[in-house]
Order: sequence, then structure tokens, then C-alpha cells
Amino acid sequence: MGRKLLIHNDHIPNIHTLEVYRAHGGYASVEKALKKMQPDQVTDEVKKSGLRGRGGAGFPTGMKWSFLAKPEGVPRYLVCNADESEPGTFKDRYLMEKIPHALIEGMITSSFALGAKTSYIYIRGEYFYVARIVEAAIAEAYAAGWLGKNILGTDFSHDCYVQVGGGAYICGEETALLESLEGKRGNPRIKPPFPAVAGLWGCPTVVNNVETIAAVVPIVNMGGEEYAKIGVGKSTGTKLISASGHINKPGVYEIELGITVEDFIYSDEYCGGIRNGKKLKAVVAGGSSVPILPTELILKTAKGEPRLMTYESLSDGGFLTGTMLGSGGFIAMDEDTSIVKNLFTFSRFYHHESCGQCSPCREGTGWMEKILKKFLDGTANESDVDLLWDIQSKIEGKTICPLGEAAAWPVAAAIRHFKHEFIEIAQKKKFVDISHYDRLNKIRA
Amino acid sequence: MKVTIDGIEIDVPKGTTILQAARMIGAEVAPPTMCYYSSLKTSGGYCRTCIVKVTQGSTANPTPMPKPVASCRTEVMDGMVVENTINKDVLEARKGVVEFLLMNHPLDCPVCDQAGECSLQDLGYEHGAATTRYEFPRREFERIDIGKYVQLHMNRCIMCFRCVKVAEQLTDNRVHGVMHRGDAAEISTYIENVIENEMSGNVIDVCPVGALTDKTFRFKSRVWFTKPVDASCDCKKCSGKVRLWMKGEEVLRVTARKDQWGEAEEFICNTCRFEKKKVSDWKIEGPTQVNRHSVISQNHYNHLNELKVQVMKQQKALGFMPIDKRP
Repeated sequence: MGRKLLIHNDHIPNIHTLEVYRAHGGYASVEKALKKMQPDQVTDEVKKSGLRGRGGAGFPTGMKWSFLAKPEGVPRYLVCNADESEPGTFKDRYLMEKIPHALIEGMITSSFALGAKTSYIYIRGEYFYVARIVEAAIAEAYAAGWLGKNILGTDFSHDCYVQVGGGAYICGEETALLESLEGKRGNPRIKPPFPAVAGLWGCPTVVNNVETIAAVVPIVNMGGEEYAKIGVGKSTGTKLISASGHINKPGVYEIELGITVEDFIYSDEYCGGIRNGKKLKAVVAGGSSVPILPTELILKTAKGEPRLMTYESLSDGGFLTGTMLGSGGFIAMDEDTSIVKNLFTFSRFYHHESCGQCSPCREGTGWMEKILKKFLDGTANESDVDLLWDIQSKIEGKTICPLGEAAAWPVAAAIRHFKHEFIEIAQKKKFVDISHYDRLNKIRA
Repeated sequence: MKVTIDGIEIDVPKGTTILQAARMIGAEVAPPTMCYYSSLKTSGGYCRTCIVKVTQGSTANPTPMPKPVASCRTEVMDGMVVENTINKDVLEARKGVVEFLLMNHPLDCPVCDQAGECSLQDLGYEHGAATTRYEFPRREFERIDIGKYVQLHMNRCIMCFRCVKVAEQLTDNRVHGVMHRGDAAEISTYIENVIENEMSGNVIDVCPVGALTDKTFRFKSRVWFTKPVDASCDCKKCSGKVRLWMKGEEVLRVTARKDQWGEAEEFICNTCRFEKKKVSDWKIEGPTQVNRHSVISQNHYNHLNELKVQVMKQQKALGFMPIDKRP
């Protein structure tokens, strides 16, 4: 059994209440940090822990915190990015739904380290019921004195607010999130300046993922060095993986970074193998925007080494033969899956979610979707594959925010590894079953 | 700060953007722009036509920037090396951007008032492909009535956000903005509203395409049949420095004076723009200097005829047969 630090208590009844959470060792990190530590010491522990951003980019959290500008007389903010919208990712929802106090505890401890008197939890619109749960937990925390003025009798005061978004994928991009939080249209800002210098209302701001903030709790409790012992190399600690697709046991799993992908898919502790005894065809390892990999490349790297669930191992070989850990949205597909159909679903999503600010993404995402629709309708030509490739290359890296890349990478990877499927459809040797979409459209109409 | 653009070094003050530095060097290395407007704060960064490659970040940190950057929003660092027209990737990427911009554009230049002074036409001419690879129906919008002076034709819009910035920065109350998202995004007044403001006419000048046009000039004349003349008047609301577009003794249209980059030097008020359409309203300063490559300088018919004769002479000398006389 792997070690669990974040959701080890999720089976306990009523763990979402402060009473039960406290009885199982909750809020110990706040006590430890506020009473025994200086803010810089907390930041140092996070640095030592090697914790990397769990939202997808994997940027070292301690380094992000140390970039925070600290001018005199200007408030600083901590913003929790709970706008979990990446298709295939649902770990933050699980954490907030089951153990909301873990997030709030992390918010208080992190805010103490950053010197933030106010923090915000930005929850995506579709998670409205989750916002209720978190709000109830915040109310409990205020009543018990964990939030508010002079927490634990120290001179540290902190207020935490929940803000529900309108349900836009783009608001998961940190600067779009800040715009949305300020009450504006959720368009990504042009960087620099980065939020660490000018974020929310122009003040220095740190934006962290739910899981990242929750991970600060065990780091402070057990010490950064101890935390860094879990994992392999620069991928330390535990990670929540949202496993979905054609596996026997879909769900949220907490893994120690460093287990093999094969273990994760086939062991009974985690996914429990592919359902109905089918063979694995492909895996999207970190949420819909990371490149898809065929079985032979996801289980073993190009060099023949077993692939591990770590940031480094998954991205081994670059995008030619590798992928990314991303946000941990692990989607497994069995042998019957049509990659083209799957790609159409992804492309349709990115087309729908593009904010429309910069031209390559605004126009390109829709174009790619329309071409992929041709494959589904059976009207595509072989030249359409090259056209798709050209379009994605003209979007990638040319946009304001990473949504352009998120839309381009899946297309590039699908063509790179499964070009034969596109060709077969274009040559009318195969057709894609789209009855599913007709049904969906009927429901929507 | 020293910055090198396409192999040409220039000394610029701190805070200068790559685009501004390139414009200081000259039009040969200046990247084209569609959304940047120097007199509008926070404009730029959206259209991505001005992207350049930074091959050396600075003297202190010489690593190249991994992705192409928007030159209009990237400030120079000391020792920065930038590649624009000499970098194939940049030109290829720009071609892609032009393709994206033209993809849903109706290409109705023959009936568009902007034709002849349209940034998108120029951009397409210089960087675009001859044909389109887009085979799907183009995006269409309902026309929205936004008042008696300005015509909004969303089909032609390329979402440069300039008109939004004008409303934000020149007028006291912005009533239009961007609605919806992705390729459904449109400039609109939410719940039909009239844009009525003393400076609102400037949205016409900043619009790089024919999405916002002057209703008082609509279909009166092609711009290259009119003659631009610089004129001024005593105006309390604005500087009164304008450009009159004349046909004979008739003032067909009044606009702001635009510089080499097609940007208004000084914004003018609606009274000057829409109400003063008589020569007697103005003090004429003299004819405008028009770039001889501009289509607007082609309004001298005699000159055109001469040119035609010259070309025919040349063709004859080369043994070239005109199309209509080929066997």
C-alpha cells in the first residue's frame, strides 16, 4: 500500500465537519506554523519538500512563493484555483467534497507563509454544490476561531472567501481567473507582469491549485525533508490521480509519485486493469490537453525503461515519444476506442472554451473541430490530415495563454501516433460510429 | 539599452517595446500590426501578427525565448537580439496568423468602404496566401445599429479590441464591448444601445478593417477617388486638426490625421468629423503627403494614363503581347 497524505481519512464518516476533522489531527499544521514557526520557515519547508504545482504545469511551489513581491503597504493575496475544468480531471472536486477542511487548513497555513491577510477560493460554476460544502466548512472554521481576527491568539488575522465562477475552462488559467475574480470578463492577461508582481487588483498574488495548497498541510506537519523522501528525483510526495476511461475501477487515487504506469493501470490497488478483459490501446496521462500515447509508449519509454508516474518519466522523450503528468487526469482507452472520435470530442471542447482574444486560438480551434467532423462524417480526404497538422503547428506557441497549446497538443499527438487511423477513415476503409453524438445533440436540442 | 533587430542595432530608452524599437529603425524591419495602437493604453497582444523571435533575451541572460513573442507587448532588455523578417519561422507563423484572420472574413472588399485603407488588405497582400484552405461556411453576424453616425458590420471584424479601448479611454461611458467567447465573440452593445458620445467617432479611425465605418461617407466614393487635404479649425472639444477627403470642392469625409503606421495622430470629436462637411468650415493647410505606393496616391488620372502608356511601351519592347490580343 502506498502512503497517503491527502485523502487518507476520506473513509471516515462526517470527516467534512470540523469536529471530526479536528479529532483526526486536523488543523495541526496551523497550530504548528502560527505558534512555532516564522512565515519564512514555512516557505523554506515547502521549498525543501520539492512540492510541484499540482494544477498541471508542475512548477516548484516553493520557488513560486519566493517570487512573490513583498512591497510595503500593499496587500498580498493567495488565490486557490479550484476551477478544475480539464476534461478527465476531478481530483480537486473529490478533495473539496470529502475533506473541505484540508483545503481551508492549507489556505490558512499558506497564507501565513505568504503574509496574505485575504485569500480566495475560486470554484468553477459547475461545482456549485462543492462551493456550498466549502462555504459551510469556512463558516465552521470562523466559528471555531481558525479564521478571522487573531487566529489562536497570535497577531495573524485571515479572511477566506469562496467565489463561484461562471463555468468557463479559460478561467482556470491563472490570469483569466484573476480577471474573473475582479468581476471582469475572464480573458487571460498578457504576461509579463506575472501575478506574483501584479495579480489580483494589481497586488502581488499567488495562485495555487487545490491539491497544492492541501499538500502544504502534510509538509508542515511532517517537515519538508521527510516529505521529499517520498517519490523519485524531483517528483516528490503524493499525487491525486483521477482515473477514468475503460478501466475496472475508475476513481480518485492517491499515489506515491514513482510507481510504474503499468502498476497503476493493472494492480488491484488502483485501476484494476482494463474492463471486460480488453486490451489497452492508448492513454491520456494528464488531462485532455497532454499528448496521447499508445500502449507501448505509455508502459515503457522509448529507451525501453518502465515508465513511472513522475513528472520526469512521463515527459521522457519530449513530445515525440513522451507526454506529461499534467493535472493527473488519467484516461485509459481500450482497443475498441476510435482515436479520431476521441480527438473530435477534445477539439470540440477547446473550440467551445476558447475565449476569443487572440486570433490563432479563436479561429484555429474551430477550424480543427470542423475538419475532424469531416472525418466523423466520412467526407475527409487524406490531405486533411496534413492540413490538421499544419493548423496545430500554427496555433502552438503563438497564443497569449496555454489554451492554444492545450488545443494543439492532442491533435499533434493523435496524428503522430495514430496517423493510420486518420488515413484509413480518409480512404473510406473505416467509418466512425457517431450515433452517440446524434443522441447527445437531440438531448441538447 | 541596446537592442538588435534583424541585425540592425539601435539604442532605445528603458521601457520601449520591441515594436517601438523596430519602428524607430524603419518600416523595413517593423512587424505589421493589427491590434496595437500606440495612443491607446493596453492595446496590442491579441492579433499575433507582430510576433517575432527573440534569439537572445539579454546580455545578462542570453538564453533565447522559447516561444515567439508579441513584439508590441514585450519590452526590450539590454543586449536583446530579435529576428523578424530574417527568420523563416516568424514569417511562416505570421502567414498562419494572416490565414486565421482572413478565415472568417467575408472578403467583400469590392463593396467595403474601408478598401484602399484597410490594414487587413495590406497584411493579406504582404503576408497572406493567394488561396484559402478553409472550406466551411464563414461566420455571419446580424448587423447591429449603434447610432446615426457609425455602422457596425461584425462580419468584417477581426477582434482587435481597439474600439473597446477607445470607448474606455476617450469617452466617459463605454456602452459596447465584447460579448460571447471563442469564434462566437462579437463587438456589441448589450441590449441594443446607441453609442452616443462626443469622441465615439474615433472608433472608425482605429478600426483596422471595415467593421466600423462612417455612415455619412457610406458608398459615396472609393477612397482612392478622393483627395486628402490637411485642414484645421478652432474646436473646443478637440485639437481641430483633421484630414478632409475631397472630391472637387466637396468634402466627402473627415478623419483624424494618420501617421506612417496608420495611427491617428490626434483624436477628433464627432462635431468635426460628422457635422462640418463644408469647405468654409475649415482652414485648409495643404494637400496631404501620401506614400506613393499607397492606392490613395493613384487618384491622378493623367498620371495613371501616362503609366499605362509606359507599361505598354515596356511590354512592346519585351515582345509581351497584351492578353486581349493574344491568339
